[in-house]
Amino acid sequence: MGLRRAIVLVALMEVTWSLNVTTIGPETVSTDASAHPEPAEENTEQKEAVAAEEDVMATGELNPNHYPAQRAAKLVQHYLNARYGSPYKLFGLKEVHSGNAEEVADSGRKYQLEISVHEIISNTKEKCSAEVFFPSGAKQLSPQVQVSACEEILKLDAKSEEEALYQQYKTNKTVRTEERLPDSYGHIDPEMTPFWHLSIVASSFIMLKESTENTLYNVAQVANITQLATENDQLKFDCHVLLHEMVSQEIPQWKLLFTWSPAEGVKVLHTEQLPHVHEFEKRAKPN
Amino acid sequence: MTPTTRGEGHPLVDAGPVYLLGLYNKDLYVDSHVFCALLSNKVEYDYFQYHPMEEISSWMSQMAKQYPDVVAIVDYGKSYENRTISLMRIGLKSDTKKKAIWMDCGIHAREWIAPAFCQYFVRQILQTYKTDAKMEAMMTNMDFYITPVLNIDGYMFSWKNSSTRLWRKNRSPGPSGDCYGTDLNRNFDANWGTIRVSSDCNSDIYPGRGPISEPEAQAVTYFVGSRKEDFLCFLTIHSYGQLLLIPYGHPDFTASNYDELMKVGEEAAEAILKVHGKTYRVGTSPAVLYPNSGSSRDWARMQDIPLTFTFELRDNGTYGFELPQEEIQPTCEEAYSGALHIITYAHDKTFNGAAATAAALWTTLLALGVHLM
Repeated sequence: MGLRRAIVLVALMEVTWSLNVTTIGPETVSTDASAHPEPAEENTEQKEAVAAEEDVMATGELNPNHYPAQRAAKLVQHYLNARYGSPYKLFGLKEVHSGNAEEVADSGRKYQLEISVHEIISNTKEKCSAEVFFPSGAKQLSPQVQVSACEEILKLDAKSEEEALYQQYKTNKTVRTEERLPDSYGHIDPEMTPFWHLSIVASSFIMLKESTENTLYNVAQVANITQLATENDQLKFDCHVLLHEMVSQEIPQWKLLFTWSPAEGVKVLHTEQLPHVHEFEKRAKPN
Repeated sequence: MTPTTRGEGHPLVDAGPVYLLGLYNKDLYVDSHVFCALLSNKVEYDYFQYHPMEEISSWMSQMAKQYPDVVAIVDYGKSYENRTISLMRIGLKSDTKKKAIWMDCGIHAREWIAPAFCQYFVRQILQTYKTDAKMEAMMTNMDFYITPVLNIDGYMFSWKNSSTRLWRKNRSPGPSGDCYGTDLNRNFDANWGTIRVSSDCNSDIYPGRGPISEPEAQAVTYFVGSRKEDFLCFLTIHSYGQLLLIPYGHPDFTASNYDELMKVGEEAAEAILKVHGKTYRVGTSPAVLYPNSGSSRDWARMQDIPLTFTFELRDNGTYGFELPQEEIQPTCEEAYSGALHIITYAHDKTFNGAAATAAALWTTLLALGVHLM
């Protein structure tokens, strides 16, 4: 009697365990089981291997979380920094709320965006409207950006700090970096922070000019910044920056010569892209 | 390479250096607390600083020693430069067949916040399982397989000096011998080489000579592949961008459980937002970021592992790869919240359903038992 009960118990337990395994759910025992996943039903286009490096561009209303609106919105950040940035004013893209893209006959594509921008140092946020135009054609013209409804954040006043810094470095002190900005640990010496900001502002001219619908630029690191002799009451700097281009994951390197004063803002005099640096790779030995 | 297990009661001869953080007072004698701590080898590891590879390896050994019944180190591969790739298998002993969660960090060398997160994650689950019944249940039903640094050679190279800090790939030499590195996250056998890769070995997205040409990718492929039915969840941790990415990287392919992945991803992003107010966007790579092929996440999904996510941690480009150490803690806290949501979902989908069925069965059984007497 006891043994029969035990056998029944064991049999039932085995059933339980096999149920355990299959509970993962029939819906996931799916087409993914094959070596290659099922093509999406909607998209029947055959794409070539290593497809057009240009993605098929979205038109009409855009999903604000998707890359087309996000990449266009990033240009607004670069524009605001180039135009209004300073050692004490740096803008960041906070959020994209909505976007729209359209072809402009034979000349390019235009994006209309509603975004939130923040000024990083004062931690102020504001909604802005912007238009970003990517010209098409072989000549590689720069994108154009127009911003509206954004006045408050642009009126933020950092004049006294800017003036103090300007006076200090016009005659008494000279900037010469010892460390990269930021260093490997993300650290920046507080005294160097305004010059990190200035380098980002100057780099924004490059990032704006080089951007297309297929790129997303940020400043990865400032390798060095050196102050040169003041010229026409403008502080003058030579700097070497490392950019990060998200889509290719590359680190393009640029040298810039630029000036700054509270009155004139940043003016870029000369830029030069450095060749892809491989020397350290050639000489590096395994650790 | 056949995985070998260390830990679980095996005494470790080399526990590695002990790290002291500001523990000496002005008179330069060791505080008695510290002295006792040193003797018992329980000096606190600083989870909110970046650690070089040697320190991470020591820490792994130390954790296995400190939690011998819960943590085992499994060596499961070799890097190109012949370093051992190890993971931590964390779970409570169970007589029944366990399911598994995979997490890897540091597949891209310069993304230092990722290994920091893996270490934090390990600390969290080990700290909470004794007091949190849910975590205890999860660690009883599942094993966590966590690789703190997958691309060891690349990570070590990024620590070499300030000019190597932004290295991304592994360190295997290219076909011509004068360029280095394959992008490990383009090297997996998942639509390998079909989109958004470069045949130029100098490129940061060079996918290698062929699918799983790289030993690091081979290690993951072999280890996970030989146990794929066990895995409920495959999380691969990167930076930066504040994104939760779901398969597939190729725009022509959609995961059969796309809706589920989006739903769980959005819920995880909500959990992240609640911690420190940071927005993480959710979607497929081609929608949210860019198309790609050969990623580890796509490969894992093709093995029928249902919940596969790529985490891109802080920030949005202000500091980028050199995320300040002051941001390690908040980043880890929010990412933990997101990862835990996905893991809990994966667990509950598998185990609570069975538990309910088992309970019903036992009721029937007891009734039957009465009749058998």
